[in-house]
Amino acid sequence: MVDVPYDRIADVPPAEVPEVELYHPKSWWTQYVFSQDAKVIAIQYSLTATAIGLVALVLSWLMRLQLGFPGTFSFIDANQYLQFITMHGMIMVIYLLTALFLGGFGNYLIPLMVGARDMVFPYVNMLSYWVYLLAVLVLASTFFVPGGPTGAGWTLYPPQAILSGTPGQDWGIILMLSSLILFIIGFTMGGLNYVVTVLQARTRGMTLMRMPLTVWGIFTATVMALLAFPALFVASVMMLFDRVLGTSFFMPALVEMGQQMKYGGGSPILFQHLFWFFGHPEVYIVALPAFGIVSDLISTHARKNIFGYRMMVWAIVAIGALSFIVWAHHMYVSGMHPHFGFFFATTTLIIAIPTAIKVYNWVLTLWRGDIHLTVPMLFALGFIITFVNGGLTGLFLGNVVVDVPLSDTMFVVAHFHMVMGVAPIMVVLGAIYHWYPKVTGRMLDDWMGKFHFWVTFLGAYLIFFPMHYIGLLGVPRRYHEIGEAAFIPSSTHTLNAFITVMALMVGFAQMVFLFNLVWSYFKGRPSGGNPWRATTLEWQTPETPPGHGNWGKELPVVYRWAYDYSVPGAEQDFIPQNQPPRPTRAVQEAAP
Amino acid sequence: MSAIILFMAVIAVIIGWWLAQQRLTAKPWLEEGSIDRFPGTGAMTLPAAKIGLGVFLAVASSLFALFMSAYSMRMNMVDWRALPVPGLLWFNTGVLVVSSVALQWAYVAARRNSMDGVIVGLCAGGASAVIFLVGQLLAWQQLRAAGYFVASNPANSFFYMITAAHGLHLMGGLVALGRTTAKVWRGAEMPQVRLSVELCTIYWHFLLLVWLVLLGLLTGWTDDFVDICRRLLS
Repeated sequence: MVDVPYDRIADVPPAEVPEVELYHPKSWWTQYVFSQDAKVIAIQYSLTATAIGLVALVLSWLMRLQLGFPGTFSFIDANQYLQFITMHGMIMVIYLLTALFLGGFGNYLIPLMVGARDMVFPYVNMLSYWVYLLAVLVLASTFFVPGGPTGAGWTLYPPQAILSGTPGQDWGIILMLSSLILFIIGFTMGGLNYVVTVLQARTRGMTLMRMPLTVWGIFTATVMALLAFPALFVASVMMLFDRVLGTSFFMPALVEMGQQMKYGGGSPILFQHLFWFFGHPEVYIVALPAFGIVSDLISTHARKNIFGYRMMVWAIVAIGALSFIVWAHHMYVSGMHPHFGFFFATTTLIIAIPTAIKVYNWVLTLWRGDIHLTVPMLFALGFIITFVNGGLTGLFLGNVVVDVPLSDTMFVVAHFHMVMGVAPIMVVLGAIYHWYPKVTGRMLDDWMGKFHFWVTFLGAYLIFFPMHYIGLLGVPRRYHEIGEAAFIPSSTHTLNAFITVMALMVGFAQMVFLFNLVWSYFKGRPSGGNPWRATTLEWQTPETPPGHGNWGKELPVVYRWAYDYSVPGAEQDFIPQNQPPRPTRAVQEAAP
Repeated sequence: MSAIILFMAVIAVIIGWWLAQQRLTAKPWLEEGSIDRFPGTGAMTLPAAKIGLGVFLAVASSLFALFMSAYSMRMNMVDWRALPVPGLLWFNTGVLVVSSVALQWAYVAARRNSMDGVIVGLCAGGASAVIFLVGQLLAWQQLRAAGYFVASNPANSFFYMITAAHGLHLMGGLVALGRTTAKVWRGAEMPQVRLSVELCTIYWHFLLLVWLVLLGLLTGWTDDFVDICRRLLS
């Protein structure tokens, strides 16, 4: 830190913060396994999410093998294909992305970025991880139960989700619903921590408007998740009742295999309302942390303050609020009243405004920046392009008349993979390259990183651009084989095979990334405390990786916002948030 | 979905009100230096546990609002047959009110530094909460004996499910209450238990409020109210 003479006006003496009662681990077990330290919990969350995410990756390969070369792989039948898509979707959306952004990055970054020693309820935080792990194990166990995992599709729509024609009707669906219920309980424990830590444990000087956008994104997403996940909870409990106790919340009167079922009078639409009341905010629960993180990556690696910080904050809050009144745009074909469709199409299109503001601000931050094409920056740029692409097809699907013919085609699959699959994953990967040095003290290998980026980025486009076209032709989703149909040209089959090859290659690039993670942990170049010369507090810790309690004796005091890059007249091209201001000329002259 | 939309609107107003006090129009790039010029923009000074409880109450309210939304949507289907409300529920409601009052007593005693009052209040509150839970189980049994099984009609299903959800929340509260009582039992000083007693009291009042709303819903009282609202809207 630069030596600055004490300034009576602008400076404040170090904060007298009462030392919080930190839990000090006494054994190896409580330090690394049943740890209450948010940083350890973050790593546990990330590793677990990555592990189950790898399962989902393998499932996507199997699906693509079946779609690309139908009939070649005798071990994949129609039922298994349905089970693969269901588990792939559920794992990726909830157990990977939500857990990684909030449980992983939230736990690691919130206390460090707001200048706290730890989360405010460390014990509850620890429980949160263990309940999450239990949820993951219950989910994974469905691969081994009689009948296998459920094949109901990740939306689990009744009545088919619990009918005998759907694979996994015995145990799969019961365990899936139980796992979701556990996940939500575990997440609520963690979410309380993230919210209250931001509200109550910010260090002195850290006003809301000085918080890095990463914290804003994770904070808002957590608030949304806390309010939206109960909808999935209620839907899961009710469907569990229908399946296990034979109630008829969602189940209409049905004849199955010539037998009248005991159900009657229930409403499948009710489930859709509950599911999407959770499901649409979920998109932004994944996207808002990505928005926040990418803002910080762009600002740091373009050595420029974020353009329109206030607008960015307002946009995050506005998107969070709006995302609760758009849910029924997932239900245009459910037979609802056209007036509702009009209403939800309008709110959906309104969300484009704050989202577009964010995209403009990222681009304007890049404008005339001192852009360093580091691996995190490459991923951030990849995110912006991908998000714009996915967002534009969202405009198609948000309009009722365009959505109806495209509904349930591969176009929808391509759209949501671009906007909430590839785009957030780009941010996850960029963020790992960015913060890995802080977590381990070593840099990830650059050459492997660039290889990883280019294969992933180009590969993702080669996978999903053709898929839009296939969808426009009218190829439906969730079909394990499209067969010969008049409206499907034979070139579609070639395209499908091409997509499969690309998917295998992108998957291979992720193996390189995993190798990089392990290799760099032992052999990577030592990074020092602040390799990217960044301003935010996590880079100013006395130790790298940060020790127990994060800060030394005293908590840092914040004097400025998080984006003082390339400030004219400053000695370096960044000024850390905890660096006191330079004394003004008037003060210097007034001093005796 | 009107119940949950209404609830979300209330939450949005609360969040908006709070955000309005956080100087969201500040220009942080121009404001380097100490923040002492802008009081009230730092971290909240309330105890973390109290804020945490507040957030949790919002989550729990969201859960119950969603149950109510589902209830009101499902009850419009043709197969709905309202079930007779066991008279025992009125007794249970009374017991839950007593429980809440006892905890309020404990809270007042804690503020007056009277440890005896705290012990009496906590024990009375805990005991009556347990009686409430037993009463709920008995009410279930009465319904079962009268032939109102969980799967025989959606009204029954909702009754069992919603009362179970409420009961489970109360059981969670009893764990916290038990820990507080144990702390008092081991001879903790008043400053160490005051916050716990206060939090238990808030939670108990919340659960009483939720129960009264649920009771109104399950007994059909709120139907007229909902009708009036619907007519006003349309």
